[in-house]
Amino acid sequence: MHRLRSSHFVLALLVVAGSAGPVVAQDTTKGVRIGLRYDPGTRPGVAVLPVSGTYGDSVRAILERDFDLSDRLAVVTLTAADGFLLTGETPKGAPVPLNYALFAKVGAAAVVQVTPTPRGMHVTLHDVERAQVASVEEFSLPQPELGRDWRLAVHGIADAVVEWITGQRGFAQSRIAFIRGNVVRIVDSDGELEQTLPVLGAAMSPSWHPSGGLIAYSTFGPESRIVIYDLRTGRARDFGAQRNTTNLTPVFTPDGKSIAYSLSSENGADLYLMPLDGDAFPRRVTVGRGSENVQPSYSPDGNRVAFMSDRTGHPEVYIMDADGTNPDIFTAFDFGDQNYRASPDWSPDGRQVTFQSRIDGRFQIFTMTLRDRQPKQLTSEGENEDPSWAPDGRHLVFSSTRSGTRQLWILDTESGRLRQLTQVGGSRLPAWSPRLIKP
Amino acid sequence: MTVTTRALPLVLALFSVAMIDACKKAPPPPPAPMEDTAAARRAREDSIRMERQRADAAAAEARRRAAQDSIDRVRAAEEAARRDSEMLRSTVTAVINFDFDKSDLRDDSKANLDAKVPVLLANSNVTIRISGHADERGSSEYNLALGQRRAAAAKRYLVERGVAEGRVETTSFGEERPICTEHNEACWAQNRRDEFEITAGGPTLTRPRS
Repeated sequence: MHRLRSSHFVLALLVVAGSAGPVVAQDTTKGVRIGLRYDPGTRPGVAVLPVSGTYGDSVRAILERDFDLSDRLAVVTLTAADGFLLTGETPKGAPVPLNYALFAKVGAAAVVQVTPTPRGMHVTLHDVERAQVASVEEFSLPQPELGRDWRLAVHGIADAVVEWITGQRGFAQSRIAFIRGNVVRIVDSDGELEQTLPVLGAAMSPSWHPSGGLIAYSTFGPESRIVIYDLRTGRARDFGAQRNTTNLTPVFTPDGKSIAYSLSSENGADLYLMPLDGDAFPRRVTVGRGSENVQPSYSPDGNRVAFMSDRTGHPEVYIMDADGTNPDIFTAFDFGDQNYRASPDWSPDGRQVTFQSRIDGRFQIFTMTLRDRQPKQLTSEGENEDPSWAPDGRHLVFSSTRSGTRQLWILDTESGRLRQLTQVGGSRLPAWSPRLIKP
Repeated sequence: MTVTTRALPLVLALFSVAMIDACKKAPPPPPAPMEDTAAARRAREDSIRMERQRADAAAAEARRRAAQDSIDRVRAAEEAARRDSEMLRSTVTAVINFDFDKSDLRDDSKANLDAKVPVLLANSNVTIRISGHADERGSSEYNLALGQRRAAAAKRYLVERGVAEGRVETTSFGEERPICTEHNEACWAQNRRDEFEITAGGPTLTRPRS
């Protein structure tokens, strides 16, 4: 039995350990020691008991869907045929004695019991093998029910449960900003509740502030500028509009204090850094000498920047220090095709960068670790562009034409499981938010 | 007043009756020479008056024709100028195209720009906006930078040939405003372009003196 903090290590060890027996994924949250046994190499089964109350069915449906989409848990469906009494009612108060043997028989390693309280939900996690309660917590749910903030809070319950069971927090409590029709839109991680932002001009390239409270985007055409939209107040401010220039690809620095973006003028496109507070002026970071330098993406520690540059004649991904020194080509491999690499996005764990590379005339999604720099091709069907990491560092969202129209898709880089996020064509340039703990 | 007016027809009627009686009583005398002269004078005067009227009408018609001719001439000149201006305008706004992922000016593009230069120099109040465009291939974000570079390439060419820098604005629409939406090279080739828009001073363009 191993005691580990990271599921990456768990998975690494699983390969070595083979079928060495049950593994305990473990974490300490709020002083409660959690550990749940499940067979290595499989997703632990989780059953969600029916939830009472007016919105109980919605809560249960959202949780089950989130567990499935996490790609870390297998949802066990309870049926009367298996001997479960599905009345939709569970007795008030916890713990409730469960027939653990019955849950074990249908493959549930964990059982989630949710009980409505005056202000939210009381959640109990049962460890089936140990036949005991593993964790208990109260979650408050903001009014109105089924509203945007309420759903986000229910997603937060799902993320907490995934963390209790696997030691790794889920990504359900996050959103994805993207562009359709040159308008910024935001959708929940499960594809629900699409929201349209009021935009100043034809919008491109949305990105999230580390707090999750601001979105930056660029507009193109005459009066091109960088806009910062405050999701809480609905207010927007902008900068950068000047003659003969196009402002591109804004991203916030990991400390949240500045915006890095590309200013494309008649003398090429260079990356600039603009502090958010005070009356500061933008400072140039790259010296492109007439080349194009766009699409910055910071390492999580903020010390380095991946970006796209055509300084050697064709677009490649480079990495430099945050102050613009030591630029070095990152995508230095050759596939015998006309090389064209773009849209780098640094993973939240800092270990790898995803980007798009042209293969046989079409863009495909790649990842490459900073350590071994071996390119790993993740897609091959249709054209796939603009990858963005989920906050769990395991899932990617990108645009793909594989269904016939351009849609957003989510890929689990570990299992290869793929699902379509949007249903309306022309959806592109996705940016995955950080975890939105506070709605 | 009223009485007088009403009495008048009666007086006239009585007078007429007296005259008719007088005629019946004696045959009319032969026309007197005096009367003959008066009639001739009236006839002459009528003739002169009619002649004058004819002359006046002819003169008026001539003036009208002259005016119309003048209007026609002006209109024709305006039409010619308009056609000229239209032709000059289309010379200025004719698009140029680019090779894939390139912003170099091709020979056909240079010839296109060479035709614009004298028109722009002869119409110094005209300002233009060059917008660079890209095809759907390539990164859509990078394509905005590529469009800006394509616009700048055309601007540089014009400025080097004497067009004031301040008269030429550049912008980029990347791949966001395609004029052809099929997914093939014929279509992509049309979309890789610079568009030239007259932003001021454009209603009438003067032909450059050759």
